[in-house]
Amino acid sequence: MWLSGSLYLIFDGLRDNLVFFYSPTDLQEKKIQPHQKIRVGGMVKPDSLVWGANQKVSFVLTDYTTEIRVDYEGIPPDLFREGQGAVAEGFLLPSNSFKAMTVLAKHDEKYMPAQLSQTIDRHHGQATLKED
Amino acid sequence: MSFVLKPTSFLKLKAALLPWCWVLSLLAFGYGIYLALYASPPDYQQHEAVRMMYVHVPTAWLAMGIYGFMAVMNLAGFVWRNLLAFFIAKAAAPVGLTFNILCIVTGSLWGKPMWGAWWVWDARLTSITILAFLYLGYIILIDSFEDQDHGLKMGALLSLMGVVNLPIIKWSVTWWNTLHQPASVFRLGGPTIHKAMLLPLGVMAIAFTAFAVAMILMRTDLELLSRRVRVLNFDRIRKHLQ
Repeated sequence: MWLSGSLYLIFDGLRDNLVFFYSPTDLQEKKIQPHQKIRVGGMVKPDSLVWGANQKVSFVLTDYTTEIRVDYEGIPPDLFREGQGAVAEGFLLPSNSFKAMTVLAKHDEKYMPAQLSQTIDRHHGQATLKED
Repeated sequence: MSFVLKPTSFLKLKAALLPWCWVLSLLAFGYGIYLALYASPPDYQQHEAVRMMYVHVPTAWLAMGIYGFMAVMNLAGFVWRNLLAFFIAKAAAPVGLTFNILCIVTGSLWGKPMWGAWWVWDARLTSITILAFLYLGYIILIDSFEDQDHGLKMGALLSLMGVVNLPIIKWSVTWWNTLHQPASVFRLGGPTIHKAMLLPLGVMAIAFTAFAVAMILMRTDLELLSRRVRVLNFDRIRKHLQ
């Protein structure tokens, strides 16, 4: 009895924390304040990735409803790229952009042989081969 | 169902089943490892790192499956007032815990290169950690009573209450925003894993499962033997005192 009770309390108390990240829309709706340490996650918007000097990178995270610009100083994980999921940990700035202290890559649940993916790209008329 | 739950019939079942478990396990590991490490393609985005899946996913399935099995055995113990069912649960728990720990370790090793983090407290990883604590709690609880049978029943109650964690683990990646990606196999709409990778995964799952069954059969046998030894010791002491 006490176990199910405590499990319920744990999960209920963790409810907001159980949400590992907010979506860009959540940030607006929940009126997250600047300088609160949070995570925001979404898809890295294609053509939004900009590499600067000194390991500075900026990109836009989108949930197809809302967008947010993220600035990060450091080396993102290997799987981090445009058109894929990412989770940024950091805080909102008053300028409404997000300063990330950590960037994690979130990959989807699809598994496909590398060669198959190259074939699909060729058929879709893309000139570049996916890097292997 | 109750014909199985007698020590004599269990021992016959174990004698019949165990050699086949070893044979199946060995063959499946042989073929599975060949497939997993050699005869399967790298993934389009994870490249060679995808091969961790062939260990991580079966251990996750077994960590959850053995817990469910343990809960069913404990329920059967209450419903049919059958001690052997409790023994089977007791035997299964450390096996399940081992797979749970392996799942966490392999997941961590996989997460660092893929996600960029050894560990995150998202709903999936947190709930699978809670499962490990449920296993641990059960293992400790059953040995915390002078009356062993009472201990088994208390542990059984704990394990039944913890069953709620299984759907939480399964649907954690759907109900909440998590870093861990959603299901790739057991989902509406079918697997999103290409069959060239689904095959090694399936073979390795069979291999690990056959191994787990062998372990549980042997450990239940051990539990029965150890009880017999205790009873014989009591008899010896009693006769000595007369």
